[in-house]
Amino acid sequence: MVTQVAVAAEADTEAALVAEIRVALPEHGLGHDLRAVNIVWRRELIRFRTDRLRAVTSLIQPFLFLFVLGTGLSSLARRGMPAGVDFKTFIYPGVLAMSVLFTAVFSAGSIVWDREFGFLREMLVAPVRRASLVIGKCLGGATIATFQGIVFLALAWFAHVPYNVVLLLTLIGELLLLSFTLTAFGLMMAARIKQFQSFMALTQMLVMPLFFLSGALYPLNGLPAWLSALTRIDPLTYIVGPMRHAVFGYLNLPARDTQRLAPGITWGSWVVPVGVSLGIVAVMGLVMMAIAIAEFRKTE
Amino acid sequence: MMAATQAGTGSDAGDRLLPAVISVSSLTKRYEDVEAVRGIDFEVVRGETFGFLGPNGAGKTTTIKILCTLASATSGSAKVAGHDTRTEQDEVRRNIGLVFQDTTLDTYLTAEQNLRFHAALYAVPKAVIAPRTRQVLDMVGLWDRKDNLVSTFSGGMQRRLEIARGLLHAPHVLFLDEPTVGLDPQTRSSIWKYINDLKGREDITIFLTTHYMDEAENCDRIAIIDHGKIVAIDTPEALKASVGKDRVQIQTADDATAIAALAESFGIEAAVHDGAVTFSVASGEEFVPRLFAELTVPIRSVSVSRPSLDDVFMSYTGSTIRDAEASVTDVMRRRAARWRGGRR
Repeated sequence: MVTQVAVAAEADTEAALVAEIRVALPEHGLGHDLRAVNIVWRRELIRFRTDRLRAVTSLIQPFLFLFVLGTGLSSLARRGMPAGVDFKTFIYPGVLAMSVLFTAVFSAGSIVWDREFGFLREMLVAPVRRASLVIGKCLGGATIATFQGIVFLALAWFAHVPYNVVLLLTLIGELLLLSFTLTAFGLMMAARIKQFQSFMALTQMLVMPLFFLSGALYPLNGLPAWLSALTRIDPLTYIVGPMRHAVFGYLNLPARDTQRLAPGITWGSWVVPVGVSLGIVAVMGLVMMAIAIAEFRKTE
Repeated sequence: MMAATQAGTGSDAGDRLLPAVISVSSLTKRYEDVEAVRGIDFEVVRGETFGFLGPNGAGKTTTIKILCTLASATSGSAKVAGHDTRTEQDEVRRNIGLVFQDTTLDTYLTAEQNLRFHAALYAVPKAVIAPRTRQVLDMVGLWDRKDNLVSTFSGGMQRRLEIARGLLHAPHVLFLDEPTVGLDPQTRSSIWKYINDLKGREDITIFLTTHYMDEAENCDRIAIIDHGKIVAIDTPEALKASVGKDRVQIQTADDATAIAALAESFGIEAAVHDGAVTFSVASGEEFVPRLFAELTVPIRSVSVSRPSLDDVFMSYTGSTIRDAEASVTDVMRRRAARWRGGRR
């Protein structure tokens, strides 16, 4: 024991000599949590900026849908469309939603990657609330996905969607909400999935049906009962609907045509208002985020 | 923080025991099929470098994970820097720095970005981030590489960066889980140089695990852990003295006859290790002349060595650390799978 005393005493004097830089951590507070949220968010942005390939590849799919599928089907769809309305215009809001889909979900998937490569442990042993980490990650995913959506939004003219400031801001807001909810969904899945490949496989499997059932490529009225029921339980429906509603509000079409192409979401005979629709998406995002936080709080 | 106040009151009584920075009592950890830690007790005092020595799968990493709040104990208690690892997780986390055996750096960020991330998570005051970053990077010789992506770093550089990062928030306790595993010998010794320098520079207690005997020599005290239990705990010197026997190795023309003769004339149990007839006797130098006089088998060479930690490990656990590792490989595989797959 005597030797230990000596060792510590020596360390004491040495420490006094070199301790010109004093690091005193403050007591835990809200400021600390916000700093944690901010740094996790910033890390997502830095990593997105350095990964240009991902930014480009994730825009390929919506590009194909809009310009290849959209153009290809226009002649076929022309008979169903009112005069002067392009099929591309019709599917544009849905494809815009698609442009954030994969980026948001996969940015959440990076937490599975972090787990596999150890960085998650650096976050989990830090003296911060798990909520700060999950919220930062959610906001990070939402930001980069929305940024991706904005790039696609710039192509609106090719789909004959007018560049109207209010419309663009509305769509950006809706993209942000959608991206947030999708990232929360991804995080909820990522909290339980341990391998990146499994995460990719599972999300691919879930994301495409969500997209196809959302009414992104067809109107929600006049569907067979089974499909109609499925579209109503797809969360994406509740964001694609309001986005299409916003776009069609700026097309100067006769009310009858708007009613046919963008009928809104109905539950029985009740038309779900846009506000309620967006509210559903927001609440779902928050619930899934809360589940993710609870999952990350568990220790071994 | 508590450790600091206790140390302050302790200075007026020079010979009083230093406060325990880590104290563990009756700690157990059970996973579904394995009891990884089976009731351990120990204390680590301020300023000490304390080593957990044992084969892979002996319970070292599990203990570290409990002390770092990454896993919760099945029973028993563990306090770090005066805080309970179960009920005061955040307080424990603020007071510790960690370097794990596998990297926990973001290799897509630069060295400095990794440190900035860490500083924010630990609420390091903004004014000291820059000077402290410089200080810790200088300490491990990476200041000139601060703007490089970590993916361009070698294994040894990454480990050094992790040590720097673990120190950034000036923790009271630094945990090093197998700090040199997977590194080449030169890098290993340079990592040890940084760790030993550190003891002079910072007021810090170091808790490390290793399964390298030579590295355990760097510790002030060692706990030998085997099958989830501490079998011995003392300074390396005291542990070696407790074995009390020298190891003698001889090369002979006929090993089998030599072993039989040793048993017959001296009552010594010998066995072939590393290609030489090996046995232990109380004082080697005095025994060697007798050996030459009485052994009929020609001896080609002889070596006498003082007990090493290897011998200590052998005498407390009944097997060499390498033999012990072989037998736990299966357990380790299962545990590795769980560690990767475990929910955290």
